[in-house]
Amino acid sequence: MNKFGKWAGRAIVTAAATFGLAGIAQAWEPTKPVEFVVPAGTGGGADQMARFIQGIVAKNKLMAQPLVVVNKSGGAGAEGFLEVKGAKGDPHKIIITLSNLFTTPLATGVPFNWRDLTPGAMLALDQFVLWVNADSPYMTAKEYIDDIKAKPASTFKMAGTGSKQEDQIITAMIDKATGKKMIYVPFKGGGDVAVQLVGGHVNSTVNNPIEAEAHWRGGKLRPLCIMDNERLSYTEKVTATQSWADIPTCQSAGVPIEYLMLRGIFLAPGVTQDQVDFYVDLFKKVRETPEWADFMKKGAFKQTFMSGKEFADWVSKTESMHYGLMKEAGFLAK
Amino acid sequence: MEEFNNLMHGFSVALTLHNLGFMVLGITLGILIGVLPGLGGANGIAILLPLTFSMDQTSAIIMLSCIYWGALFGGAITSILFNIPGEPWSVATTFDGYPMAQQGRAGAALTAAFTSSFVGAFFAVLLITFLAPLVARFALRFGAAEMFAVQMLTFCSFVGMSKEPPAKTLAVMTLGFALAAVGMDTVTGTLRMTFGYTELLKGFDFLIAVIGLFGIGEILLTMEEGLAFKGKSAKIQFNVVLQTWKELLRYWRTSLRSVLVGCWMGVTPGGATPASFMAYGLARRGAKDKDSFGKGNIEGVVAPETAAHAAGTSALLPMLTLGIPGSPTAAVLLGGLLIWGLQPGPLLFAEKPDFVWGLIASMYLGNIVGLIVVLTTVPWWAAILRIPFSVIGPVIIVICAIGAYTVHNSLFDVVMMLVFGVFGYLFKKLRYPLAPLVLALVLGDMAESSFRQSMLLSQGSLDIFWANPLVAGLMSLSFLMLLWPVIPALKHYLRSR
Repeated sequence: MNKFGKWAGRAIVTAAATFGLAGIAQAWEPTKPVEFVVPAGTGGGADQMARFIQGIVAKNKLMAQPLVVVNKSGGAGAEGFLEVKGAKGDPHKIIITLSNLFTTPLATGVPFNWRDLTPGAMLALDQFVLWVNADSPYMTAKEYIDDIKAKPASTFKMAGTGSKQEDQIITAMIDKATGKKMIYVPFKGGGDVAVQLVGGHVNSTVNNPIEAEAHWRGGKLRPLCIMDNERLSYTEKVTATQSWADIPTCQSAGVPIEYLMLRGIFLAPGVTQDQVDFYVDLFKKVRETPEWADFMKKGAFKQTFMSGKEFADWVSKTESMHYGLMKEAGFLAK
Repeated sequence: MEEFNNLMHGFSVALTLHNLGFMVLGITLGILIGVLPGLGGANGIAILLPLTFSMDQTSAIIMLSCIYWGALFGGAITSILFNIPGEPWSVATTFDGYPMAQQGRAGAALTAAFTSSFVGAFFAVLLITFLAPLVARFALRFGAAEMFAVQMLTFCSFVGMSKEPPAKTLAVMTLGFALAAVGMDTVTGTLRMTFGYTELLKGFDFLIAVIGLFGIGEILLTMEEGLAFKGKSAKIQFNVVLQTWKELLRYWRTSLRSVLVGCWMGVTPGGATPASFMAYGLARRGAKDKDSFGKGNIEGVVAPETAAHAAGTSALLPMLTLGIPGSPTAAVLLGGLLIWGLQPGPLLFAEKPDFVWGLIASMYLGNIVGLIVVLTTVPWWAAILRIPFSVIGPVIIVICAIGAYTVHNSLFDVVMMLVFGVFGYLFKKLRYPLAPLVLALVLGDMAESSFRQSMLLSQGSLDIFWANPLVAGLMSLSFLMLLWPVIPALKHYLRSR
């Protein structure tokens, strides 16, 4: 954090305090453009969602001040998290999170934790699906898993986004279930990963639904199972014969893996309850728009909403789960 | 012929007065964005994206793609006038464009750059129109090993282009690789060479290094030389465009070669930056008077500009048909498409023909409108150089600082820019070439990832680079390029025995 930033931060705190006293009867509202930090690169899942929210807010005039999306992807998102952590008391800075909220500090040792931020709200949970190329002989997850078990270790190749992040954690879980190690090849973005599978350079991926939907619809990829304890609820047909709801759970296929990724909002530390309430309310309004419903359907998201203590508890529980998984896989920073 | 009918339908969608207005608006905004280094096409489109949500889909995408064209054209302006490349692919344009401006031929350099951009983009659009489905399938054959082979080919075709001793080139290139390695390592997921400084997490952004090395470094040199700005002789001549066009016709061979390199690099996910360096390297090799390159040879402007724009345009093809953005700008455009409920992918052409062909038609029209807009302004751009240095110098430094700041909204980057500026000055004084450093900084990261991904896939065996005709062909071509300069000597040696 630079000097100017600190000075600006202090000025804002002072200003906020003054305005807070003056307008105690009225609920808080942003007084300048709100920076919407994305701790990931352009074009990824979090970025798409943030830009989509920016669009909804602008189109439906849900906020008097504009929402400005800023990508801070350095160090697997650490750049973005550290920036918000450093903006103590600044209510004009919010951040959208993905699993790197947990994995980045655990894997790299960068000094931050979600407790350094103020939890806002959960927007949705993103699913993970096990995909294979449509030309491959595997019609069900069981056939694929059985083949992995039957062949020697390191025969099968899994492509995923980044290293020691969600995709590799899931791969480690599959390794554990089969007892055979797969070769994990990290790529920069989910889109690249899906294309590697379409091109037949790897055997499988665990892409999020939105990253692979177009290729599934185009008959290039085949979903085997979904990593949740229940099937998805979207019954509208995506291909000629299948809908998201037709994908069986991995559990039913004999691979007991459950993993969901948080798409949530956090605020800077030290903001007031009024300010948190404003954003929780804003995102409630965003979730009520028809555009949001379409977006959820297209990306087959799980539409869970949480805020306040319930959300904080959920995050805390998920953090310890990540700690356990990453410790077991040997991904923790030394 | 079906494509042709579709295209005609597309023109009828794009060619309304309403949409033409958005085209001119988009181009103008794009040029402004392109002129400010650091702001760049991706940021510009990201900022303006929300504005388009209230417009209808086709007009919106027409305006956004015109901003993209405008930014591409605009990037060449600062490269040529001030030696500050606004985008990675403009770096190669500075090698000869800036010397030309210093010799008072800024008008010719700008005309050559704009015209070449147009030619490159135009041929790439033709490719998109008629070969889209075929070409998209080809892109799928590129795995990690093939990617590395393409990057290897870029390095190899560029080697030997500097006139400085090989040892200096090598030293500078190594420094570039070292800088590229700072920050997150994608393959292992750990931080490298950050030494606990959180500012270094994001690594060294190419743009900040380039703004400092080229822009600030150049200003320091000019100051040392007594504040004399060499471009003073630039006159406002309106016939400069026609004169340059006449000259350009002689370089059709270079243009054609660069179009081919560009289209090929755009479709295979090589991208515009490698394409521009590769085309420059090839043009120099093919030329009779190799020594005039780097001293203001117009071919040195034509080759990289043509290739970069052919690549930048054909990179939209994988985005539309496969959903992989070939550049950051394409990634932001992709986000826009999703908001309008358009899912790029193999079915986009079948499901939304109106939109796709409207977009393709607007590529033709946007390019033509763009060329007209920029060419009419050439004399004014060139005239900027007549402003005394004591006025324009500080303005350039301010623009550089704004540019460096906007990359990550970070003041630390402005400081880094100044540090790079001092290095740029020292390098020039000590006659170390800057180009290999920039090339290594831009491509080093990607080449390293591709190489290590290949090694993971093959479990450590180098055979993967000779595993199929495509990758083996690319690798052989790379080695041929690398050894090309010594082949005559080798022949001579063999014959004398």
